[in-house]
Amino acid sequence: MKKKQVSQNIAFWIFRLFSLMVVGILFWILGFIISKGIQVIDWDFLTQAPTDGMTGGGIFPAIMGTLYLTVGSIIVAFPIGVLSGIYINEYATNNWFVKLIRIMTTNLSSVPSIVFGLFGMALFVNTMGFGDSIIAGSLTLGLLTLPVVIRVTEEALHAIDDSFRTASYALGATKLQTIRKVILPMALPNIMTGLILSIGRVSGETAPILFTAVAYFLPKLPDSIFDQVMALPYHLYVISTSGTDLAASRPIAYGTALVLIAIILVINIIATLLRNYFGKKVKTNF
Amino acid sequence: MTTPSNMCITSRNVNFYYGNFHALKNIDMDIAPNTVTALIGPSGCGKSTYLRLFNRMNDLIDGARLTGEILINGRNIYDARIDVDELRKNVGMVFQKPNPFPKSIFENVAYGLRVNGVKDKKTIEQRVEESLKGAALWDEVKDKLKKSAFELSGGQQQRLCIARALAISPSVLLMDEPASALDPISTLKVEELIYELKKDYTIVIVTHNMQQAGRISDKTAFFYLGELVEYDDTKKMFLNPAKPATQNYITGRFG
Repeated sequence: MKKKQVSQNIAFWIFRLFSLMVVGILFWILGFIISKGIQVIDWDFLTQAPTDGMTGGGIFPAIMGTLYLTVGSIIVAFPIGVLSGIYINEYATNNWFVKLIRIMTTNLSSVPSIVFGLFGMALFVNTMGFGDSIIAGSLTLGLLTLPVVIRVTEEALHAIDDSFRTASYALGATKLQTIRKVILPMALPNIMTGLILSIGRVSGETAPILFTAVAYFLPKLPDSIFDQVMALPYHLYVISTSGTDLAASRPIAYGTALVLIAIILVINIIATLLRNYFGKKVKTNF
Repeated sequence: MTTPSNMCITSRNVNFYYGNFHALKNIDMDIAPNTVTALIGPSGCGKSTYLRLFNRMNDLIDGARLTGEILINGRNIYDARIDVDELRKNVGMVFQKPNPFPKSIFENVAYGLRVNGVKDKKTIEQRVEESLKGAALWDEVKDKLKKSAFELSGGQQQRLCIARALAISPSVLLMDEPASALDPISTLKVEELIYELKKDYTIVIVTHNMQQAGRISDKTAFFYLGELVEYDDTKKMFLNPAKPATQNYITGRFG
């Protein structure tokens, strides 16, 4: 009996130790970035362009560039992805075509993002002639996130009990009416959450925009979607690896990392809030 | 084949298959208007399948196939020219588990009207009130129509589902074990309601509860292994069944 308790305790502490380690590492990274990054962050850092060969000034063009690219990828991926997800779960019967779509989306989501970047360069930048631009970068990022959007939508719809569908059909509703008036409103909170989390991921991607959208330095903001932009993750990369004075750029790199993490954190918080808000709405007000 | 013109639902030589499984065998059955017909039999006997033929719910299942014909109010509902959505407007259904939509009480009842193109606010309000009264729920919910349907008790939710079905003015009401998920008091309320509804609707009800079938139905049909074993006045079925299998089932000797 005693012996059993001792081994129980040992196991318990081993598990606890490892999970504490995970939390510890996470806080270490965060703490490191925050302590180093907070020193350079002020109003000018967020609102000014870089100066002195990336050793001074701010990161405003990169913040705006990331914003443009993220919004662009949303416009590309969400309509296509959500509609495909609805098709797969609500319309398609479980035949070989659906299986093919499923296998393709699963495979697509495990393709390294640099491969998407290469593809985007070949298709959007060169063949379609957009050049390095917001539109080429948005399309590439959109493709990257498409499998996630499809999967999220599909799973959100799949989670809804069939009894709601049959109840609606039994009242003489068509399939389209059933989807629009019953199924989509119920699935919306989960779809929204998934979508916003995918935005968080997109905004941190570097590889897909590397050859399709970003520039090392731009003195002004883009005028149209056919212009190049700066972007936070790429900015972080270039001022850490190349530049006139790496040591002098280092604090700015930490500041950039902190801003990027903060943006993603804010996006995730919005996702949680929206889910709670819509979740309540579905239960009481529809 | 001619239909007795005074019958509401007529089945002629109906066979139904799920893929290779022969679920219903040569069913011939006439149901008179403004009656309650109970379908009884052990699980898997085909009674729920048979019920779902009347509003073509089985169409949603892959590999389902029907031969023979079913006429409702004189029209073959499996005719290629039949609009299934129109049919379901005329043949309402109440399910085993209460399944209100995650909408307000009002919107649940209004849903069937809205999807069938009724736009006039006055008409909708009037039909919602009539339907809730018809389902004996109005007095309990009239002050909280905007509240979520999920705030109602299970028995109230089931009566809401009945009101929802009544709102689109069907002539036939199908009920698939409507009281099996309810407590005894709610069950009693639903049974009283069925008795009331008989005046305006033809009701077909699947039930596992023999006492319930005996209390509420005019006619009873006993299904076993996909066959209609016996179909007669409920009184006769319970007191003096023609087939020994019926007697054994009703008295609880099997099933």
